[in-house]
Amino acid sequence: MSKPRTMFEKIWDSHVVRKNDDGTCILYIDRHLVHEVTSPQAFEGLRLAGRRMRRPDATLAVADHNVPTADRATGIHDSESLLQVETLTSNCKEFGVTLFDMHDKRQGIVHVIGPEQGMTQPGMTIVCGDSHTSTHGAFGALAFGIGTSEVEHVLATQTLMQKPARNMRITVEGALPLGVTAKDVILAIIGKIGTAGGTGYVVEFAGSVIRGLSMEGRMTVCNMTIEAGARAGLIAPDDTTFNYIKGRPMAPPEKDWDKAVAYWRTLASDPGATYDKEVTLNAADIAPQVTWGTSPETVAPITGYVPDPDKVAEPARKTAMKHALEYMGLAPGTKLTDIRIDKVFIGSCTNGRIEDLRAAAAVAKGRKVAAGVYAMIVPGSGLVKAQAEQEGLDKIFKTAGFDWREPGCSMCLAMNADKLEPGERCAATSNRNFEGRQGRGGRTHLMSPAMAAAAAITGKLTDVRELA
Amino acid sequence: MKAFTVLKGVAAPLPVPNIDTDKIIPKQYLKTIQRTGLGQYLFDEIRFTPDRKERPDFVLNKPAYRQASILVAGENFGCGSSREHAPWALLDFGIHCVIAPSYADIFYNNCFKNGILPVIMPKDKVDILMKDAEAGKPLTVDLPRQKVLRDNGEAFSFEIDGFRKHCLVNGLDDIGLTLEHEPDITAFEKQQKGSQSWLYK
Repeated sequence: MSKPRTMFEKIWDSHVVRKNDDGTCILYIDRHLVHEVTSPQAFEGLRLAGRRMRRPDATLAVADHNVPTADRATGIHDSESLLQVETLTSNCKEFGVTLFDMHDKRQGIVHVIGPEQGMTQPGMTIVCGDSHTSTHGAFGALAFGIGTSEVEHVLATQTLMQKPARNMRITVEGALPLGVTAKDVILAIIGKIGTAGGTGYVVEFAGSVIRGLSMEGRMTVCNMTIEAGARAGLIAPDDTTFNYIKGRPMAPPEKDWDKAVAYWRTLASDPGATYDKEVTLNAADIAPQVTWGTSPETVAPITGYVPDPDKVAEPARKTAMKHALEYMGLAPGTKLTDIRIDKVFIGSCTNGRIEDLRAAAAVAKGRKVAAGVYAMIVPGSGLVKAQAEQEGLDKIFKTAGFDWREPGCSMCLAMNADKLEPGERCAATSNRNFEGRQGRGGRTHLMSPAMAAAAAITGKLTDVRELA
Repeated sequence: MKAFTVLKGVAAPLPVPNIDTDKIIPKQYLKTIQRTGLGQYLFDEIRFTPDRKERPDFVLNKPAYRQASILVAGENFGCGSSREHAPWALLDFGIHCVIAPSYADIFYNNCFKNGILPVIMPKDKVDILMKDAEAGKPLTVDLPRQKVLRDNGEAFSFEIDGFRKHCLVNGLDDIGLTLEHEPDITAFEKQQKGSQSWLYK
């Protein structure tokens, strides 16, 4: 009997092309997602070296970071953004890569469209020049972000040189209390283990709460694994996973379906597999979460208060906390629900899927966005947008005073025209509250879609459970 | 890629934990389609005011540190996005080595692809080197011997993956190395196509 293996070890082992004496492996990459920001220099490198692209058929490209989310009829006005998007188009044409351009109804955020098209499947290795590639781990795929040099490496060889990561398992047991979502679970996890808590690990999420999540919820959890420092998150594929994939355009064809599912069922970690680190959370202890600082680990239950740096003993942490509160314009001891906001951003690869929009719409229905607050909804893809419109969610949002926009990364990182002005405070469903992330001087509070919608209605951070 | 062997130079102190890649280079500078020219935007928001005047209190604006080739930094340096623009900006400014107690994985990896040496050192040693940097004392980083030498001659050893060291010391291109094993890749694809045909068109 062979040694019990973790899901990570199984996927890793099945992709090793060659192992060097020092343990460095050439790892085969099954799927490569490409976007306009981290790929131009990689294609250029390929061209300069006179190398061919190994598997255009295993690659899918989309423009998402730079695209406008307002009316697209007049194109991209920023000349640098335009050049970057046009460069992607010409590179895809030259190398024969499938591209969803800005006017394709399937266009959207790269981590939304991969799963949506059925490209993301259990047991695969998936990479993209984007740290939130961890999202795809929700399907039991080993998926991680890479830099541009590695993008070039994959374009040329369909492999990467890697050493295996360590294994961590985070188990969330129990039942989620009312109003607590996947976003709250992952924020609570990051609060517990810290932004570097997962560095060097692949994190497997387990337990009844994770098993009970929809694919959308699982993607939210895996998406933010990188905010805990782990390059990849993993969730064992099950019927929820298979039902989601079945029938999608790039899913295994009917003739292979049973064989594929049979293989996917072998991927879960073996009983008795060992982990280098184990963390456990009790679902009952998790309340809706919001961040108060400038790192995703600076998170608290909405029922809490802005912490006091003077109560922190460690000098470096004290200084960092003081600096963060100064940047955020918050006084220690402030009740979180007393913090007023200027803008609301609902969208991103973390929370821009249909279920997220449904959750926000459920809160927005029959209510109005508070006076003086600007609230935007940016669907994760053109297909998410179409689905939401079919369900009438757009009407609910528009009636409530939300701005209903075109798909893209938008104000998650503010590379296009959507950004915060200095000092503006935003309730955001995205993944990073770093200084300047949503615009220079902008102040970001991360939370779930329902919580962000609630903040839009009241004009301040709000416990969504009190609106219900 | 340029080889990295021994580097002696000015070390700039940046004693802040969790320096994220948005801080190293903000998104408005990611629109370039080139690898070069990003040094002028390195640490943009903490180095310049909104109207792009230098902040005199930021370390790289101080006369003693303008020529820094080494950066001594806090824990979890380079956390956040996968943008390789972060190491490109450091390199373009002239930083060839970072010394810190820990790094985010993707940033750490990206450094090696660009000839930057990210040295990992225990925090108590980094604290000593931070004080040296603050006092304007140069440091010497000797990659072949895996040592950081203080100005007083004291040497601190560091660990590094053997393969990564080999590539850096010799300035080797990963892609070229991998393509030497192309027959192995082709064999892998053939075997995978046999067992998981749905992965291929």
